[in-house]
Amino acid sequence: MPVLECKGLSKSYGSKRALDGIDLRVESGRIVGLLGPNGSGKTTLIKLANGLLTPTQGRILINGLEPGVETKRAVSYLPERTCLPDWMSARDLMGFYGDFYADFDKRAAEDMLSRLGVDLRARMKSLSKGSREKVQLIMVMARRARLYLLDEPIGGVDPAARDYILNTIISNYNPEASVIISTHLISDVEKVLDDVIFINQGKIILAAPADELREQQGKSVDEIFREVFRC
Amino acid sequence: MEWRFEGGGPIYAQIVAAVKLAVASGELRPGERVPGVRELALEAGVNPNTMQRAMAELEREGLLYSQRTAGRFVTEDAGTVAAARRELAEGYVRTFLDAMRRLGLKKDEIHKLLEAEKEEQNAGTGM
Repeated sequence: MPVLECKGLSKSYGSKRALDGIDLRVESGRIVGLLGPNGSGKTTLIKLANGLLTPTQGRILINGLEPGVETKRAVSYLPERTCLPDWMSARDLMGFYGDFYADFDKRAAEDMLSRLGVDLRARMKSLSKGSREKVQLIMVMARRARLYLLDEPIGGVDPAARDYILNTIISNYNPEASVIISTHLISDVEKVLDDVIFINQGKIILAAPADELREQQGKSVDEIFREVFRC
Repeated sequence: MEWRFEGGGPIYAQIVAAVKLAVASGELRPGERVPGVRELALEAGVNPNTMQRAMAELEREGLLYSQRTAGRFVTEDAGTVAAARRELAEGYVRTFLDAMRRLGLKKDEIHKLLEAEKEEQNAGTGM
């Protein structure tokens, strides 16, 4: 059974169609890049997958189930903007995540935080933007979920922080789980991806294994993206 | 090992080529233990499935072999290493000759250039 499946999935905001008849399957053990320009529908798809939005038409299934209480147990979501309460410390956050999610692995989180050198007592508001984003990613990746939805995890951080974030994703790789990374920063993520999905104006333009694309076209995914989306 | 990836071409094939070079040049010694897939994936910053695929290909070509519990090792077969070295060397020669032809050089001109370069290098090392 695929971890994520979309069948004729559409979402409209008023008269604007944000997603237009998407068909998609993501199998377990895959790291998938959801790649598209701004406003292409990436965030809408991710919000549908974690139940923050409901489809206008069609279906979206997580482990065969419509988004709901059961699927939220299995889905770990990194929103585009950090949403950590800024008065909490990293230690508070671990308690917070542990209370909400039975699959939260506190030891893994502690381990990652100590390697990052974050003071567990420091409040979020005292940390830099980059550190806050890393702490949030650690909370998300420390869950033993089946599906990780990472919405623009590397936007707005410096290249060293990008490497840290991508390494965190690689080191938490689990063949039972899938990771979907939405981004438009393709050259940074392409080495990490099994599969790429190009999305534009609410439609899927291309879905293929990354190495297959590179082999067939003799170009990087970044170059292919620039050609497909040339303005 | 240093990992650097170029634009075109599958990542797994670039990993295979890099490891082959390391074995052929002796940077990876015969019988040396190779780190696990996860560790290598982190080191190279690539997807673990891609690294796994590259390791499987290197095993298929006989440059690496795995022992069920102990891990993965560099081949101890001198013939395999020599063949890899020769394959790579031939590739470099072809690349070199292609570049010379593109410059419009004839065979004897290429030979002269190589001879001149050799003499210069000998002079440089005081031999």
